Amino acid sequence: MTEVAVRVVLPVHLRTLAKTGREVVVSVPEADITQRGLLDALETAFPVLGGTIRDRQTGKRRAFVRFYACEQDLSNEPPDAPLPPVVAAALASGAEPFLVVGAMAGG
Amino acid sequence: MTQVRVLAGTRKGAFVLTSDEKREKWSVTGPHFGGWEIYHLKGSPADPNRIYASQNTGWFGQLIQRSDDGGLTWEPVGNDFTYAGGDPGTHLWYDGTPKPWEFKRIWHLEPSKTDPDTVYAGAEDAALFRSTDGGASWTELAGLRTHPTGPSWQPGAGGLCPHTIILQEPRIYVAISAAGTLRSDDGGETWRVMNKGLLSDGIPVPDAEAGHCVHHVEAHPAKPDTLFMQKHWDVMRSDDAGENWYEISGNLPSDFGFPIGVHPHEAETLYVVPITSDSLHYPPDGALRVWRSRTGGNEWEPLTDGLPQRDCYVNVYRDAMSIDTLDDAGVYFGTTGGQVYVSADSGDSWAPIVRDLPAVLSVEVQVLP
Repeated sequence: MTEVAVRVVLPVHLRTLAKTGREVVVSVPEADITQRGLLDALETAFPVLGGTIRDRQTGKRRAFVRFYACEQDLSNEPPDAPLPPVVAAALASGAEPFLVVGAMAGG
Repeated sequence: MTQVRVLAGTRKGAFVLTSDEKREKWSVTGPHFGGWEIYHLKGSPADPNRIYASQNTGWFGQLIQRSDDGGLTWEPVGNDFTYAGGDPGTHLWYDGTPKPWEFKRIWHLEPSKTDPDTVYAGAEDAALFRSTDGGASWTELAGLRTHPTGPSWQPGAGGLCPHTIILQEPRIYVAISAAGTLRSDDGGETWRVMNKGLLSDGIPVPDAEAGHCVHHVEAHPAKPDTLFMQKHWDVMRSDDAGENWYEISGNLPSDFGFPIGVHPHEAETLYVVPITSDSLHYPPDGALRVWRSRTGGNEWEPLTDGLPQRDCYVNVYRDAMSIDTLDDAGVYFGTTGGQVYVSADSGDSWAPIVRDLPAVLSVEVQVLP
């Protein structure tokens, strides 16, 4: 199965936790560029992120975390749904990153 | 040379404060985990350089950090706090409807007295977890949550939080807001509610078996069956391992508060920080006073030397008081205003160690040889 390298941008607290920079690259099967596929690959590469983006018990996105790519809000898309073709193509080519964002809330 | 190490958890990180046994000059490191809420951090009595920290935010959830060098460096360990047994059942929500148990955060970490790799964690919604591998993995002691009164437990304003864990293994005490105090005599497998004698006006049946908003409980090591409790209202005492409680509020200006402390060498010397009321979470008259009883309760004296006696409207949270074991015991507490105070003479006089930390959530002290 062909794998593609997808850029993922992390919020500052998760960079600190993962001991990495602003952006990481994860390897994802080309046929599985879904929200779940990306996050599974991210947590495999950085196990310390387990439970910080998705709730450990429910597997759902944590309430104050958002997913953006290509200026689209993907946060509420079903995790196994294929990403919009233009987004999948941009992620697969490396033209655009997948953004994991801490929502603007609180102080 | 003897060293004193104070571990302060705050709204925006952890700080480590160190001094010699004089406790006059302090060095401060931190923030560790800047920007994260550190509800509690505590060192292992069996290996003081082993420290566990509860790290949480509303954004990215719960982490547990572990240090093996006294807080110089940290590594995240396990954060899988899955409730045992599949369907966790329900407790009562604020509106009186059943709500499924749901993990939110770790309020308190209690390392074993004998094994640095064993540590207990009090989880909201009320559950007790134990790790025997240094925090790498956690197993729920489900007998607590599945106690027959569990479905009737209702969160206090801060959540359904098990904030007190007292280890007298195999005996364990846990206190939960707002359920009360429970005791296990078999290492956490089975539990009994220990609330006889508590009266709480804020619940439909004031002397109910469960539902009491206990804020903190302490025991003296030399008298393990004597327990002291700061309840939502009322300061209480038990002399029979929690079987029966009686009030010792005596002449306190308010018997509402959060922390309670016991002197390490004087089993009848207690400390509380009275707060005006449940709706006014600051000290009476804008004066920050620790009150000390040398008689096991009922007779209390205000300790004011070195503490602000005007225009002070901070609070002191339930885990934000600690007492060291030096001959002249040191008493420490942290405030929501970011001050950590020390008294090196059992409370007679006080001085700030730091004045401008984020709101202090917890204070623990270690004495290092």
